[in-house]
Amino acid sequence: MRHYLNPTVANLPPSGIRKFFDLVATMEGIISLGVGEPDFVTPWTVRESGIFSLEQGQTMYTSNSGLLELRQELTRYLAKTQGLMYNPETEILVTVGASEAVDLAMRALLSPGDIVLVPDPSYVSYGPCATLAGAGVRYVPTRADQDFRLRVEDLERVYSPEAKLLVLSYPNNPTGAIMTREDLLPIARFAAEHDLLILSDEIYSDLTYQGTHTAFAALPGMRDRTLHLSGFSKSYAMTGWRIGYAAGHADLIQAMTRIHQYTILCAPITAQVAAIEALRAAEQAKREMVETYDHRRRLMVHGLREMGLSCFEPLGAFYVFPDITATGLSEEDFAEQLLHEEKVAVVPGTAFGPSGKGHVRCSYAYSTEQLEEALERISRFVKGRL
Amino acid sequence: MLSEQDRRLLKLLEQDCRLTPQELSIQTGLSVEHIATRIHEWEKEKVIVQYRPLINWDRTGDEKVSALIDVKVLPQRGFGFDKIARRLQKFAEIKAVYLISGGYDLSLLIEGRTMQEVALFVAEKLAPLEHVQSTATHFVLRRYKQDGVELTGGDETPQRLMVSP
Ligand SMILES: Cc1ncc(COP(=O)(O)O)c(C=O)c1O
Repeated sequence: MRHYLNPTVANLPPSGIRKFFDLVATMEGIISLGVGEPDFVTPWTVRESGIFSLEQGQTMYTSNSGLLELRQELTRYLAKTQGLMYNPETEILVTVGASEAVDLAMRALLSPGDIVLVPDPSYVSYGPCATLAGAGVRYVPTRADQDFRLRVEDLERVYSPEAKLLVLSYPNNPTGAIMTREDLLPIARFAAEHDLLILSDEIYSDLTYQGTHTAFAALPGMRDRTLHLSGFSKSYAMTGWRIGYAAGHADLIQAMTRIHQYTILCAPITAQVAAIEALRAAEQAKREMVETYDHRRRLMVHGLREMGLSCFEPLGAFYVFPDITATGLSEEDFAEQLLHEEKVAVVPGTAFGPSGKGHVRCSYAYSTEQLEEALERISRFVKGRL
Repeated sequence: MLSEQDRRLLKLLEQDCRLTPQELSIQTGLSVEHIATRIHEWEKEKVIVQYRPLINWDRTGDEKVSALIDVKVLPQRGFGFDKIARRLQKFAEIKAVYLISGGYDLSLLIEGRTMQEVALFVAEKLAPLEHVQSTATHFVLRRYKQDGVELTGGDETPQRLMVSP
């Protein structure tokens, strides 16, 4: 069959996560820190509204762009929390997770010959989606000694005039890095100078533990240059509902909606109804989850540093990204041996790009007890190797 | 006004009072000394009243009966409801006393070993008290949730993937 496949798809490398997933799946008694989703269950009020909508018989398609009521709530939320102004009728599209929005944006914008700049390391889907859209990808390395922030120097090194789109993804998966307003302003100037569009995936924006999150689109002159992506998966613990959104210039949203209309039709109505409830009534539940993540974050950073690993302080998302080179192991060997010897699963940093070298991603979306047990095991593993 | 830091500390302790100042310090980033001092102050000010576990007696097999009792009382001149409430709270059988709005004035939580024992307490101790006009006893049949903790129906152990992006 293989020779029938579209060569672009056939040659797409399997995600580095996948390999590790298969390995873990064969083992038992694992404590996993390998998960990129909340351990919390969706707040009850949100689940309840989904259940109620089913009881009411809300089982139909919605408009392609999503329920207007949801788009209105979203524009209110974006205005209130991040100072972003969008028209709910023309500038918001409700998608099947932020994942779909990434794909739509790339397909709506890119043609063969275009280049997309992607920070490295980052979430796994930007490069492959760009490749599928026929564009080229250049990774922009970020480094631990710069707290994994993207800097203009790094961009300049890989920039070429074919570059059309720059992906930003902060707070970052896998590093937990954030970018403050001061960090973002030079990037905005760079984008304006080189006429770059920005795809800003801010799905972890509510999980910011110091200062307040700055939306890239809120920077002077950036609104119409930026496609703002986010979703409910992380901040409302709603990964399985598959609900996200894109906000941006009406022309781009319209183009994305055209693809969405033919390929997806609309996001599931139950999830849309639940998302409305999330925005209206789950603010307090969200705040409590964020507070809990913050406590666990400190626990993890402290624990990893205590055992002698160097670990920059992540200020967003729910990941820590310790440097494990002191153990003399590569990130892949570290993850594999840790799994076999102590039954703790972490993800090799290189699963998120070459700059993840020498690091592993540990998620702290786990209970304090699990984290403490995992830290104890990692410490035992590391001890003999430092 | 309670500061954000203090509120966080109290909430962590409320969830698990075994956390030591060292552990609290790791999780909050506040210094051990500061936390120890604060806790000491709260203990003195009776903000932290006691440290104790939440026990689900229903699981021990130990017989225990509780009842919620609504009480109508005549407020006393110069004292309002305080005098009678203070008197009631002295009874060891009465675990909680609340002044409430609505059709009744006080709401009590009473515990005993048997229904008989609780009923007797109401008939012999509570109802005859001066100023108590009437009572309505509601026996607790099952405890589903207490102090914010769900005691039954632990349905929420969903399966997550072991590794995901
Ligand atoms: C940075 C980032 N963007 C997007 C997603 C996918 O989100 P969604 O569930 O909304 O598709 C993830 C999930 O791990 C992520 O880490």
